[in-house]
Amino acid sequence: MKKLILAIALLLPSLAFAAGSKHPLDDADYDLTDKASLQNGARIFMNYCLGCHQQQYQRYSRTFADLDIPEEIGQEYLQFTGEKVTDYITTPMPVDASATWFGAPPPDLTLVARVRGADWIYTYLRTFYVDDSKTFGVNNLTFPNVGMPHVLQELQGTPRISYEDALIDGETVKRYVGIQSDGDGELSPDEYNKAILDLVNYLQYTGEPSRLGSEKIGKGVLVFIFIFFIFAYLLKKDYWRGVKK
Amino acid sequence: MNGFLNWIEQRIPMMRVANMHAIQYPAPVNMNFWYVFGFLATIVLVNQIVTGVWLTMNFEPSAERAFFSVEYIMREIDFGWLIRYMHSTGASAFFIVVYMHMFRGMIYGSYQKPRELLWVFGMLIYLALMAEAFMGYVLPWGQMSYWGAQVIVSLFSAIPVIGPDLVIWIQGDYVISGATLNRFFALHVIALPLVIVILVFLHIIALHEVGSNNPDGIAIKHKKGSLAEEDKTKYKIHEYYTDKYDIADDVVPFFPHIVLKDLVAFSIFLGVFSYIMFFAPEMGGYFLEHPNFEIANPLKTPEHIFPVWYFTPFYAILKAVPDKLFGVLAMFGAIAALFALPWVDRGSVRSWRYRSGLHTWNLIIFAIVFIFLGYLGGTPQADWKIVASQILTVMYFGFFGLLWIYSKNETTKPVPERITK
Repeated sequence: MKKLILAIALLLPSLAFAAGSKHPLDDADYDLTDKASLQNGARIFMNYCLGCHQQQYQRYSRTFADLDIPEEIGQEYLQFTGEKVTDYITTPMPVDASATWFGAPPPDLTLVARVRGADWIYTYLRTFYVDDSKTFGVNNLTFPNVGMPHVLQELQGTPRISYEDALIDGETVKRYVGIQSDGDGELSPDEYNKAILDLVNYLQYTGEPSRLGSEKIGKGVLVFIFIFFIFAYLLKKDYWRGVKK
Repeated sequence: MNGFLNWIEQRIPMMRVANMHAIQYPAPVNMNFWYVFGFLATIVLVNQIVTGVWLTMNFEPSAERAFFSVEYIMREIDFGWLIRYMHSTGASAFFIVVYMHMFRGMIYGSYQKPRELLWVFGMLIYLALMAEAFMGYVLPWGQMSYWGAQVIVSLFSAIPVIGPDLVIWIQGDYVISGATLNRFFALHVIALPLVIVILVFLHIIALHEVGSNNPDGIAIKHKKGSLAEEDKTKYKIHEYYTDKYDIADDVVPFFPHIVLKDLVAFSIFLGVFSYIMFFAPEMGGYFLEHPNFEIANPLKTPEHIFPVWYFTPFYAILKAVPDKLFGVLAMFGAIAALFALPWVDRGSVRSWRYRSGLHTWNLIIFAIVFIFLGYLGGTPQADWKIVASQILTVMYFGFFGLLWIYSKNETTKPVPERITK
């Protein structure tokens, strides 16, 4: 019997696998406890993403409070169109028009990290490359033919994709080597990766703001339950002492 | 104080019922690990009702506001996220404990005479629970809510003649819409919980009438006058049982012995439950599916549509059959076969401890088949999976067929008179 339970328990994790993506995803090593990273992520979001994407389920005031940003500072540097701090983070861009411009309305990004996963966003924002056949002059490896311009190009610089010729099964095929910036951006490649990681961190936070506090509460709860378990076990043992079994 | 309690007792039999059904209820002494899941299911039911009540205080059942109001609960209600996660984790936990509870019934033959109705009430609870869970999953109005509902509701269109009209009747609209959401909300928060609570009540009454089974699958209640005085239990057991039977020295009172045992199991369960709630509420996309964090969009079909994990074994059976009508019939047949289990099994020995090796293997393989069907129903379609799910579907029904055949003249081991200690 115990062997059976063990076998089932060992089998279960192998049943879990993620949906396959053609481009392998990089590991986004974000850290929700890093307030500086979250603040920088919020700064990037408000400056580059909010032009088109909203976070309509999250209020500015919540972001400011959770990220230790004083409201006056937040209002001065992160709010651009005169909203109140208690307003939801919405874009001034009209949704109907944007659907015409981009083919589809830019999705709300409050929960994007819970839909796509942090790794996907981290990889996606680092795999834009110049492709003149596209409307916006760029394409994306993670999300081919995406209808979004490379908004962060001024940070990354012009990203060029490179291929090499490889001989596979007797045929010469083009093999993807990597994407490299021309170096005309404000950030070095490492700085750019870090900036994207901060943004991913921020999006991870807005997907589930409660997570900032829940793990701390959770630890306390687990300690309490463990102590409760010890007493419950001892009590049970005591009452069953006299029972023939 | 005593006078006051007596005054109440003369008007409503509180202590008598408590003594009869809890404090002095005779429980077999050898109840093991498998016997905690009924108690845990009750706990989860209470959790679902209490957290559900709190969620309805801020949830808005309309296509325009449902998704938003869930995020409102998650972000702006004090501990709203905790209440929501208690409810969403509870839904999956409910099925985990219920599946364990059902498998317990299968291995120890708890469905056999005289517990057939007890099993049927349990199956009715399971059926109501599936409806409850399905409708609850529609309420947050995410992509999987919408498209899952689309898939499940459209199954009814396979019914000949009335199918298409039936679908419109269920949806309350020509498509899944706010009208569907509204009625599912009504059914989810009032109608089905009421049905489940009543069925649980009947399940427990039926259990206490026939008595708890145990891992040996033998009776603890003997014919009046058949036991010598020293073989009778020394514990105080309620007259309701001792008047009719001799209760063997194989029992403990439900309180405190079984309650304390359940309390230990409960604290372990609560530990696992809390870990999921605080550290992994999505449980890798199984308890809360990733696409459901995107608002329902009737114009955008998700790449893959899966029901939540607890439905996937039946979903795999549905997909295994190429014809839609027969697929639906196979799926409902899979549940109907479980209903019929007390009559499929023609044996008289209950526990797998004393039945044939064939029976043991039949049960183990059935459990593995069920888990594998769940895997096949919850992952993207592939050619080998269609064949695999067809084989496993045959194996699923094969369990019942085999059982019916071999249970008639099964070679069993001698069953002890009294519980093994």
